[in-house]
Amino acid sequence: MIVEHAFLVGFSKSFGLFYLVVLSVAVVLHAMRPSNKKRFDEAARSILRDEAGPWR
Amino acid sequence: MIAQLTLIERQHAILISAAVALLGFLMMLAGRDDPMGAHGALIFVVSILMIFRIGGSYYAPPPSDDRLKHYYDDPSKVGIVISMMWAVVGLGVGDWVAWQLVNPDLTFGTGWSSFGRLRPVHTTSVIFGFGGNALIATSFYVLQRTSRARLPDQVSPWFVLFGYNLFCLLAVTGYLMGITQSKEYAEPEWYTDIWLVVVWVTYFILYLRTLARRKEPHIYVSNWYYMAFILVVAILHIVNNLAVPVSLGHAKSYSAFSGVQDAMTQWWYGHNAVAFFLTAGFLGMMYYFLPMRAGRPIYSYRMSIISFWGITFFYMWAGSHHLHYTALPQWVQTLGMTFSLMLLIPSWASAGNVLLTLNGAWDKVRDDATLRFMMVAGVFYGLATFEGSFMAIRSVNSLSHYTDWTVGHVHVGALGWVAMITFGSIYACVPWLWKRERMYSTKLVEAHFWLALSGTVIYIFAMWNSGIIQGLMWRTYTDSGTLAYSFVDTLVAMHPYYIARAVGGLLFLIGGCLGAYNIWKTITVPGVTSEHASDLPQPALAGALHAAAE
Repeated sequence: MIVEHAFLVGFSKSFGLFYLVVLSVAVVLHAMRPSNKKRFDEAARSILRDEAGPWR
Repeated sequence: MIAQLTLIERQHAILISAAVALLGFLMMLAGRDDPMGAHGALIFVVSILMIFRIGGSYYAPPPSDDRLKHYYDDPSKVGIVISMMWAVVGLGVGDWVAWQLVNPDLTFGTGWSSFGRLRPVHTTSVIFGFGGNALIATSFYVLQRTSRARLPDQVSPWFVLFGYNLFCLLAVTGYLMGITQSKEYAEPEWYTDIWLVVVWVTYFILYLRTLARRKEPHIYVSNWYYMAFILVVAILHIVNNLAVPVSLGHAKSYSAFSGVQDAMTQWWYGHNAVAFFLTAGFLGMMYYFLPMRAGRPIYSYRMSIISFWGITFFYMWAGSHHLHYTALPQWVQTLGMTFSLMLLIPSWASAGNVLLTLNGAWDKVRDDATLRFMMVAGVFYGLATFEGSFMAIRSVNSLSHYTDWTVGHVHVGALGWVAMITFGSIYACVPWLWKRERMYSTKLVEAHFWLALSGTVIYIFAMWNSGIIQGLMWRTYTDSGTLAYSFVDTLVAMHPYYIARAVGGLLFLIGGCLGAYNIWKTITVPGVTSEHASDLPQPALAGALHAAAE
């Protein structure tokens, strides 16, 4: 299979232009969503919780 | 160590060592007319020694099931000790080559000690030897605690640790014999590269297997960073090292890429090695050990998520800023430059997270040199990422590129960020691992901190001065349009800064030696064993104890 140069340029100028923008927006929405706050606060505190030894 | 393995695990370990010994033997035969044969012999001897080491304890009584109630920390302990050994070697060779730049006669006239061979010994020893072992050791530690799950078996962590160190050993001894691919930070030849792939895939699978056993529903952010480090390093390593060896009995190989494609692949690798080896992995370390040592959760978990995805997706595109003003197409250079500037956002999010987590606990930072190591690491991380983005701008790069400014920038990151966060994490981790109340000597930790900080500051100021002078002299023209300074003129101008740099490096090396000594004494001197010798560190206790010691 030979991938043409023009195809690659077209692909990067269309798909490549948008996916990082979409990804950035998605990440910010995921991180900042109010309903996730409790989960994240819990995660941040989870390492400090004292609990001796592995569960398995 | 061996007594902790079950009988079947001892057998597996012997089988693996025997297989590696066989490979070494074949390499020795196939490469008998080539430096590769020496590597075959090295692999063979090391594996045979390993078989004897396991065999010596083969008939030891099997471990009790009690072991399953604790985390499996032996590989982390050994990893930390090996890491400190590499640190002393790597910093030592680094300072040696720094003095060689002051006085070229310090090669003592032998081939193996020339600058070109010792310099990769320095970079490999500090990045892969010191940094890599610290990453492997702490990743096992953090992974188990944040998942509240024990490593799934007791052989694969050893395979990862010792296999990785075999890679480092092959790399470093190869440079001394003149074996190199001439790709910066990817110098080892094809057979060493293949070996690292095997080790690295085992590492990733081990990580996933442990995560699959986790009790915590949420995967803590440190694990994300560690996983990005493992996964992306595998991708980078495989692609950049695609090469065809001259023959199976010959160390020399030729890259699958040529010309500017080769350069682009190399710097895609090179810059992402900085991103995923020297940044993502150590951020994983920071996001665990900083909150634990400070005894307070990370300031903003949300910010850590945003910065994680920012770093993983932006860094991939930044590598081309190493190739400004080359045959690389202009738009690719601009792409690299733009992404380098965007990287400031996720980078400063992490650096800010460090400082904001400590905000309100500055008394602890004042009293505790270990926490201060981590704080200073955060500051240098912010500084290095700002400087990096700045230097990636094409017009700034026209002054800085190929000068000592680059060397200075690298060491802001390597000494100020990577080494500081590693020393901080190791000082936090060692008493927890060996169930001690504190390090053998808190005064030595304090001394190490100030030596490391002053060494770093002297080093980077020397290189900033040297680099900018060098860059300016290279671009100064006379009235008649010819270059005003010869190359030797620039060397004369740089000489005093080279002396300063070597002195800064020496201070950093002395600090590293103190650290190694202190860690060794903590392990070997039967100190006050903590009554809270549970598997989980006691963050609040660490702070309180230190306050009491003051």
